Amino acid sequence: MSLIDWNKLTITEPPVLPRELLRNFKKGLDGTFRDFSRSYGEALEDFFNPLLMFLKWFQDLLVSTPWPIILLIIGGLSWVGSRSWKMSLGAILAFVAIGWMDMWEDTMATLAIVSVATLLCIAIGIPIGIWMSRSDRVQRIITPVLDVMQTIPSFVYLIPVVMLLGIGKVPGLLAVMIYASPPIIRLTNLGIRLVDAEVLEAADAFGSNYRQKLFQVQIPLALPNIFAGVNQTIMMSLSMVVIAAMIGVPGLGVPVLRAVSNQYLALGLMNGLAIVAIAIIFDRVSQAYGKRLQKHREGDHGV
Amino acid sequence: MVSKVKIKINDLYKIFGPKGESHVEKVKSGMGKPELLEKHSHVLGLQNINLDIIEGKIQVIMGLSGSGKSTLIRHINRLIEPTAGQIFIDDTDVLAMSDEELMNFRRFKASMVFQKFALLPHRTVLANTIYGLTMQGLEVKEAEERAAHWLKRVGLEGFEDRYPAQLSGGMQQRVGLARALATDADILLMDEAFSALDPLIRSDMQEILLELQEELHKTIVFITHDLDEALRIGDDIAILRDGRLVQQGSSQDIVLNPADDYVGDFIKDINRARVLTLGTLPLKKASTKGIALSNNTSLENAMKALVDAKKDSVIVVKGDKKLGSVSMHDIVHAATRSSETAGEAVTYR
Repeated sequence: MSLIDWNKLTITEPPVLPRELLRNFKKGLDGTFRDFSRSYGEALEDFFNPLLMFLKWFQDLLVSTPWPIILLIIGGLSWVGSRSWKMSLGAILAFVAIGWMDMWEDTMATLAIVSVATLLCIAIGIPIGIWMSRSDRVQRIITPVLDVMQTIPSFVYLIPVVMLLGIGKVPGLLAVMIYASPPIIRLTNLGIRLVDAEVLEAADAFGSNYRQKLFQVQIPLALPNIFAGVNQTIMMSLSMVVIAAMIGVPGLGVPVLRAVSNQYLALGLMNGLAIVAIAIIFDRVSQAYGKRLQKHREGDHGV
Repeated sequence: MVSKVKIKINDLYKIFGPKGESHVEKVKSGMGKPELLEKHSHVLGLQNINLDIIEGKIQVIMGLSGSGKSTLIRHINRLIEPTAGQIFIDDTDVLAMSDEELMNFRRFKASMVFQKFALLPHRTVLANTIYGLTMQGLEVKEAEERAAHWLKRVGLEGFEDRYPAQLSGGMQQRVGLARALATDADILLMDEAFSALDPLIRSDMQEILLELQEELHKTIVFITHDLDEALRIGDDIAILRDGRLVQQGSSQDIVLNPADDYVGDFIKDINRARVLTLGTLPLKKASTKGIALSNNTSLENAMKALVDAKKDSVIVVKGDKKLGSVSMHDIVHAATRSSETAGEAVTYR
């Protein structure tokens, strides 16, 4: 059988696979994946079960914690990060406004998934970033994978994720992580590669071994970049909240979806702005913290 | 005193490029740097280096940028692997060391000071200074005590808690020096350590180094492109050009008998009166007139002494022995004679 449908080939139509061949190809791929998900789907679900339990537990914890305590924690964390009363007060006011507009529970659910996703991205992303920085070959292989993860439309990888794991928190978390982990990996790699060669040479000259060099020189010097990656990862997981809502992740995305399908302008706007408010707080606090981390780089000769 | 060779470098070659080894023979049979680069795309770093570095002395290695001096110093602690040749330290073959032995060698036997300081920006001065000590496995507390001692010696007492970015270049390099001295290694490798500093600070640092060396007697390998610096601190000077040693000797040797035009150009502008000593001048039969000065006296000091004493001839002595005499006229002549090559314009890459 020919690989080109010669009957259809004209000057305006490019060569195309015969219809039947193309259909078989798609069917084959679908079938293979369906078989795969039938035989391994359950095992995978079991594998991710602890994660699901943890997510549920964490979300319940946030929802059941009295709101004044949450406000205190938010204010406290902002203070720890930014050392600025204005920032803390702003964060508390934003959350009071969110509660006042009756979005408290959804906000807690969103906070739960975003923080778990960010933590997992960091836990997985930093080691991968380090590995990438060690070897040009690994970098050559991983970079295009990251490109795909960042650019492929989320809906496309939602299909296999949902086929495998169904609808729920875990597939939602995976979808968020696929989108949000590239920056932390990239910036860890970049940060380590940018460490001054002479400083590394000095570490060698004083007889540092691999681990000493990594933990005492490379990671500390790469920290500002790594931290920029953490910040980006938080922002990107927040931006995935609505898409995650499509596959059953509770949170601020759910009312937004409802607003889209029913043309509820106010509902959509309010929840959308709540996401923005959380994003701004996270961004400013984490950036202020990152800046404080590298205060020693400023050359103030005095005091 | 019998001088002992601390570092012995034999027939060292370094050819940068993926297949350096295969080109060593060509270089040995006379292929030059440009030809090697053009025909085989390999860069000739060092060729035929033979150098004995004496224990307890300061060996200066001098050359213009690109002459291979930084490459050479990095062979001593094997930050760069040679293409061919041998390096012995205390009769131990450095190239035969295992990774573990090499690491211990770097921790305990040789420390290094870098041109751009290479301090850890996220650590305080004290935490930078203990770096080598913690690599040796010392407890932080003990390391800090020793580091504080060395910081005091280089004049940085009271700056322990500052960060490098808060210090001037000269102070940062003092931290670099304290860090290197703290490990108590016999060998100190200094790669253009003072080149990034401005002239006044540089001469301060040279003084600190010479003062410390008076009592420490380390074997110091000092890289520089500055002849005045080389003459000031070097016991022995080796001059590199295009990866080859063109001359080795004391500062007197080099000023009096430059091996070629390249060296001649180097010494053209130096203050001869400060480098040359009375002992190096051709002496006449000892006369009884004039003031007695040691043969180690520099011409500059001799002239000053003559002017102060209102005399015009010197009796050069060595201990109690009269070596001969020399007139003011001869001294001035020797101090101002520029080398024969001075008039020609020669350019070096």
